[in-house]
Amino acid sequence: MNILTQYFRSLFQGNKLVIGIPYGWFILLVAIPILIVLKISLSEMEASSVSKMIDWSDGWPTIKLNLASYQFIASDSLYIKTYLSSIKYALITTILCLIIGYPFAYYMARSPKHLQPMLLMLIMLPFWTSFLLRIYAWKTLLVSNGVINNVLMSLHIINEPIQMMNNAFSLLLGMVYSYLPFMILPLYANLSKMDVRYLEAASDLGTSPFKAFWLITVPLSKAGIIAGSMLVFIPAVGEFVIPELLGGPSNLMIGRVLWDEFFSNNDWPMAASVAIVMICIILVPMAILNKAEVEQAGGK
Amino acid sequence: MATAPKPQTEGKATDKQVLLSVEGVTKIYDGAVKAVDDVSLTVMKGEIFGLLGGSGCGKSTLLRMMAGFETPTKGKIFLAGQDITNIPAYQRPINMMFQSYALFPHLTVWENIAFGLKRDNMPKDEIASRVEAMLKLAQLGKYAERKPHQLSGGQQQRVALVRSLAKRPQLLLLDEPLGALDKKLRETTQLELVNIIEEVGVTCVLVTHDQEEAMTMASRIAVMSEGYFLQVGEPDTVYEMPNSRKVADFIGNVNMFEGVIDEDEADHVTVNCPECIHYVGHGISGHTGMEVGVALRPEKISLSKTKPKGKHNWCEGEVVEMVYFGDHTTYHLKTPTGRVIKAQEINNTRDLSCGLTWGDKAYMHWDDQAMIVLTQ
Repeated sequence: MNILTQYFRSLFQGNKLVIGIPYGWFILLVAIPILIVLKISLSEMEASSVSKMIDWSDGWPTIKLNLASYQFIASDSLYIKTYLSSIKYALITTILCLIIGYPFAYYMARSPKHLQPMLLMLIMLPFWTSFLLRIYAWKTLLVSNGVINNVLMSLHIINEPIQMMNNAFSLLLGMVYSYLPFMILPLYANLSKMDVRYLEAASDLGTSPFKAFWLITVPLSKAGIIAGSMLVFIPAVGEFVIPELLGGPSNLMIGRVLWDEFFSNNDWPMAASVAIVMICIILVPMAILNKAEVEQAGGK
Repeated sequence: MATAPKPQTEGKATDKQVLLSVEGVTKIYDGAVKAVDDVSLTVMKGEIFGLLGGSGCGKSTLLRMMAGFETPTKGKIFLAGQDITNIPAYQRPINMMFQSYALFPHLTVWENIAFGLKRDNMPKDEIASRVEAMLKLAQLGKYAERKPHQLSGGQQQRVALVRSLAKRPQLLLLDEPLGALDKKLRETTQLELVNIIEEVGVTCVLVTHDQEEAMTMASRIAVMSEGYFLQVGEPDTVYEMPNSRKVADFIGNVNMFEGVIDEDEADHVTVNCPECIHYVGHGISGHTGMEVGVALRPEKISLSKTKPKGKHNWCEGEVVEMVYFGDHTTYHLKTPTGRVIKAQEINNTRDLSCGLTWGDKAYMHWDDQAMIVLTQ
C-alpha cells in the first residue's frame, strides 16, 4: 500500500512530468496515427468508408483482419519495383548530398568565425521561398524550351534542346537540391565542434593534410554523416512532390503510388498497407544507423 | 645576422653537440601583436630545456614554431644544422606531446601509438614490436585495446608521451606535460616522465608555467616574458642569481628592498633601504648613490625574539599573518615602516606551542651572502 502511494506520488513529481511531455507528444502524434493507419491497412473497403475491425454484430467482439492488400503488394511486381526504385533514388540522393555537402560543410566549419553566421544564412535562405515554387522554378529552367536550353541554343553550343526534364536527371537534381541543406547542417554542426588539435597531432606524427582528412576528420565526423544521411534518406524515400513535378511518368516512386491509391483508386486499406510497408523499409536502415551511432557514442 | 652552424659531420668529436638552434626568431600576429620577439637559443643534444613563463609570454608560440605549426615572421630554426624553418610539421623529425594529449578518440591505445609509425610505411611486424616496447615503457601493456576515454589522466598522459616517442624523434617537445594532472599525481608523474625520457635519451624542449615543474625536469631553463628571454641558465643559477627584478619575482617568492648604494668597496657593498641597511659580502658593478633593488628570499631569513648584534642585515617586525604548510610556515611580518616581509621557517620539531604567533614582535636577520643586488 505504502509502496503504491509512493509510486503515485512520484508520478506527479515535476521531473517525471517534464520527461512525460515528449512521450505524450510522441504517443499522440506518432504512435496513435501509425496505429490508425495500421488498422486501416487491415480493414476492407466498404461503400464509403473502411470496415470496422471489431465486429459486435453477434454480441461478441470478433476481430476481422484483412491481409488482402498486403498479399496484393507482395504479389504485384509493380509495388516491389516501385519500392526498390524509391530506395535507389533515395540512396543516390543521399550519396550525392554527402559528396556535395561534406566539402561544403567542411569549408564552412573552417572559415573565419565571423563569416560562419553568414554562410549558415546562405544555406537557409532558400527556405524563405516556398518549396513548391522552387521545384516549379527548376521546371522552367530544365524544360526543352526552358532557360538553359534557350541560352545554350542561342549561343550555338547545341543545335537541339537537351532532354533534361522528366527523367532520372531532373528527379535527382530536384532531390539533391531540396535535401542538401539537411545534409550540410548536421555535418557543419559536427565539424565545427571538432578539435583541430587532433589534426595538429596527426601532422606532428607525419601525416600529410590530405591523409589526416581521411584518417582523422572523416572518422571523427561519423556521427554527423549518419545524422545527415538519415535526415536525407528517410524523407527522400517517401518523396511525392519532386517525382510528381520533375520525375515524369517513367520514374515511379512510392509516394506517388500512395497518392494514387488514396485519391485515384480511393482504396484506403491498400494505401495504408503501402504506407506501413514503407515505414518498415525506412525503419531497417534507421535501426542499423542508430546502432552505429550508439556504438560511436559509447566509443567516444 | 648569425650564420647557420655547420652540419655536425665529426660525429662524437665534441662532447656537446648543438641539436636545435633558434636564430633571431620573431612572430608577429595580425601584423601587430609580437608574440615572440627576436629570440635566439641553442639546445644541446640530450638536454632537457625548459621554457618558463606566465600565460601569454610567447613560450607556446615558440614551441609551436619548433613543431612547425607556426611559421616565424622573421628568423630561422635549425635542427642538427639543417634549416627547418619552412619544412611542414609532418616532415620534421620532431614530435610533440600536447598539453591536452590530443589522443585520437576513435583509436585504441595501440592504434594511437602505431599511428605515426604507420605513416612511415614501416613493416607490420616492426610496428608491432615498437608499439609493444612503448607499451612496456609506459607500463600500459594490458590497456592496449582500450580507447583513450577509458584511461585515467595519468595513463592518458603516458600514452601521449610514448606516442610522441614511438617514432624516435630527434627532438621531443613537451607542452605543459603535467598541466592536466592534480598535484599529488604530478609529483610521481614528473619523475616517471623524466625516467622515461632519460631511458630513451631524447633531447627535449619543455614548456611550462609551473616553475617547480621546470626546475625538477629541466637541465636548463629560459625565463620568458613578453616574447623575449629574461634569463637563460641552470635552474639553481636562475633561482639564486636572478639577473633582474622580474626574474627574481617570477621564480619563487622574494622580498624586494629598494635602496641606494652607500658604500661601494671591492669586498662589500652596503645598501640603505627604508627598512634596514643591507651589508652585502661581495662587490658588485655599481657606484655610490646608485638606486638598486635587493632581493631576499623568504627561506634565507631567520627569526629570533632577541635583537641581533650589529647594525646591518636585520629588521624588526610584527607577525601579521602565518601560513602553515606542514613542512614549513611562512610568516608575514610588518616592519615599523609598514612593509610586509615574508619569512619562511622549517618546522623541524613537533612542538606546536613554541615559536611565534599573531601579534608577536620578532627580529628578522640574514647573513651577508643571502641577498642579490639587482640593478635592473
